[in-house]
Amino acid sequence: MTNQIVQGILLGGYYALIACGLSFMFSVMRIINLAHGSLAVLSAFALWLLASHLHVPPFLGLAIVLPLMAVIGWALQRFLLERSARGGALLPILTTFGLAIVIDNVLFEQFGADTRSLAPFIGSLSYDSWEWPGSIYVGKLAVIIFATAVVLLGGLQLFLTRTGLGRSIRATSEDPDTAGLVGVDARRANALAAAIAMVTVGLAGAFLGMRATFDPYAGATQLLFAFEAAVIGGAGSLWGTLVGGIVLALAQTLGAKVHPQGFLIGGHVAFLIVLFIRLYTSGLGLRGLLRFSTGKVS
Amino acid sequence: MSAASPVIERGTAASRIAGFGVAIIILLLAVAPQFLSAGAVDRMTALFIYVILAAMWNALAGFGGLVSVGQQVFFGLGAYFAIRLANAGLNPFVSLFVSAVIVGAVSWPISLFMLRLRNGEFAIGMWVIAALTHLLVNLDRLIQGETGTSLISLNVYDASTRRVAIYWLALASMTALLAVLFGLLRGSTGAAIRAIRDNEDAAASIGVRVTGTKRLLFVLAAFGIGVAGALWLATAITFQPKTYFSVQWTAYMIFMVLVGGIGTFEGAILGALLFFIIETWFGGTGVWYLIGLGATALVFSLLLPRGLWGTLEERFGWRLLPVGYRVRLPVNASVTTGGTAPPAQVTTSREKA
Repeated sequence: MTNQIVQGILLGGYYALIACGLSFMFSVMRIINLAHGSLAVLSAFALWLLASHLHVPPFLGLAIVLPLMAVIGWALQRFLLERSARGGALLPILTTFGLAIVIDNVLFEQFGADTRSLAPFIGSLSYDSWEWPGSIYVGKLAVIIFATAVVLLGGLQLFLTRTGLGRSIRATSEDPDTAGLVGVDARRANALAAAIAMVTVGLAGAFLGMRATFDPYAGATQLLFAFEAAVIGGAGSLWGTLVGGIVLALAQTLGAKVHPQGFLIGGHVAFLIVLFIRLYTSGLGLRGLLRFSTGKVS
Repeated sequence: MSAASPVIERGTAASRIAGFGVAIIILLLAVAPQFLSAGAVDRMTALFIYVILAAMWNALAGFGGLVSVGQQVFFGLGAYFAIRLANAGLNPFVSLFVSAVIVGAVSWPISLFMLRLRNGEFAIGMWVIAALTHLLVNLDRLIQGETGTSLISLNVYDASTRRVAIYWLALASMTALLAVLFGLLRGSTGAAIRAIRDNEDAAASIGVRVTGTKRLLFVLAAFGIGVAGALWLATAITFQPKTYFSVQWTAYMIFMVLVGGIGTFEGAILGALLFFIIETWFGGTGVWYLIGLGATALVFSLLLPRGLWGTLEERFGWRLLPVGYRVRLPVNASVTTGGTAPPAQVTTSREKA
C-alpha cells in the first residue's frame, strides 16, 4: 500500500507538470486552451522524430523542441487567441477546439495509429529504480519528473514575483487596461505568458513520451488530466497545482485497486467530488475555479 | 400631428413565404421514400439526425451561451438506454423515445451541477462527464466493453419497412424538435434566452431567471441529442461505446453551427446541410476530411464568427424563420399612425436571431 501511495505521489508530479501550463494560461488570459493536450503530444512526436530519425537523444532534443514550443505559444497567442478573445469568452473555446482537431489528425496523417514511446531512446533510465526502505522501488524517471515539476513550479513562482517581466504578466492578468496605463505592453505580456506555458507543455509532452506510450489521439486524455489536476488544486498558488496532481494520481491508483478498469474512473470521480464540495461550500462565483492567484503569492 | 410610432415586426413577407416553404418541404420529404433508393433514404435519415444535432447544440451554445464539448454524452446515452430498454423487452421503436426521455431526465441532475461552471470550465467539465459516462457504460456486461452489442430486436422487422420507418421517425423528430425550439425562442422564454446570451448579469438584474432558463435549454438539448443518438443506433444497429461517446460528434456539431451561423435559428439548419454535402463528397478521404473540418471551424471562428447565415442576415436583413422582434422606424414622420407602415428602413437595432 505504501508503495502504491509513493508511486501515486510521483505520478502526481507529471500531472502537475501538464496542468501548470493550462492553469497559467487561464490565470493570465482567462482562456482555456483545448489544444493543450494535443500540443503536448505534438512535442512528444517531435522528440520521437528527432530520436528515431536523427539519433538525437530526447533530453538533448528538448534543446530544440522547447524553443520551438515557445515560438508556437507566441504565435498561438498572437494569431489565434488574441483575435478570437476579442469575440467574447466563448470563441476561444471553439478556436482552440478546432486547432486540437487539426493537430490530432495531422499527427495521425503523418504517423499513423501506432503507439510510440520515447522509452527506447533514454537507455536504462526508463526502468532503473532505487530501492527505498521498506522494499519500495521508485523509478528514477518518476523521481526526475517529480523533481522537474517542483523546480518548474518554484521557478515560475520566483519568475512571477521577482522579475520585471513576471510582474508585468501579473499586472496584465489583473487588469490589462490599467497595466497599459502604467506602461506594460499587455500584448507582449500575454504572448510571453503563452510562450512560457507552451514550454511547460513541451516538457510535459517529453515526459509523457518517456514514462508511457502516446498516439496521435492521446491529446484529449492529457487535456482532461491537466484540467482535472488544475481544478482539484484550485485557487491556491502554483503549489496547489502540485497538490491537485497528486490527489488526481492517488485517486486513480485507488480506482485501479477497486476495479481493474477503475484507474480513469477514479480520477474523474475524484474531480467531480472536489468540484461538488467546492461548489457547495464556497459558493464563490466560480470565476476563479481554475485561477491561481498570481497576485497574492505567499 | 403625432409622430409616427415605430412598428414592431415579428416577421417579414419573406418569412411568411418561408413558412409555407417549410411546410411544403416537410410534406415532400414525408413522401420522398416512395421515390428514393434505399441508400438515399439512409443518407436522408443521417441528414435529419445532423439537423437535430446542430439545432440542439446551437440552442445550448448560440442561445444559452453554454459551449459544451461533452454533448456526445447524451448521444451515447440515447443509444445505450435504447439498447437496455430493448433488451428488457420493450418494443425497439418505443425504446428509442423512452430512452431519449430518460436522457432528458438524467441531464437534470447534471445541470444542477454543471451550470454553475462558466465558459471553458463548463466546456471541459462536460467532457469529463462524457469520458466518465463512457467508462461506466463500458462496465455494463450487456455492452461487453468496447466490443459493443447490437439492437437485435429491430431485426424482426423487414429491412425496407425498417428503413422507411426510421426515416419517418427521424423526419418527425427533427420537425417536432425544431418546432419546439422555434416556439420556445419566439415566446417569452425566447426573449429571456437572448437577454442571457447578450449579457447574463444585465439579464439577471432585470429579473430574468437566468439559471432556470439555461437549465431548460440544457435539458432540451440533452433530450434532442438523446433522440439523435437513439435514431443513429436504429440506423446503425450496432452499438460500440467508443463510436457513440466519441468527441467527434461534438466536433461535428461545432462545425455545423459555426459554419452555418451560431445563434441563428436558420444557421444551424444551413450548417447541417453543408456538413451533409461535405461529408458526402469528402467523407471518403478519411483523415484529410477531419483536418479540413477542424481547419474550417478554426477559420470561421477567427474570421467569420457569425457564420454564413449570420453574415448574410446582417448584410441583407434576411429573416426566413424569425424568432425575434424587429423595430422598423418610419422614415417619413408626417405619416399618421394607425395606417400601414410606410416602406421604411430597418433600423440598426441589434436584434438578432
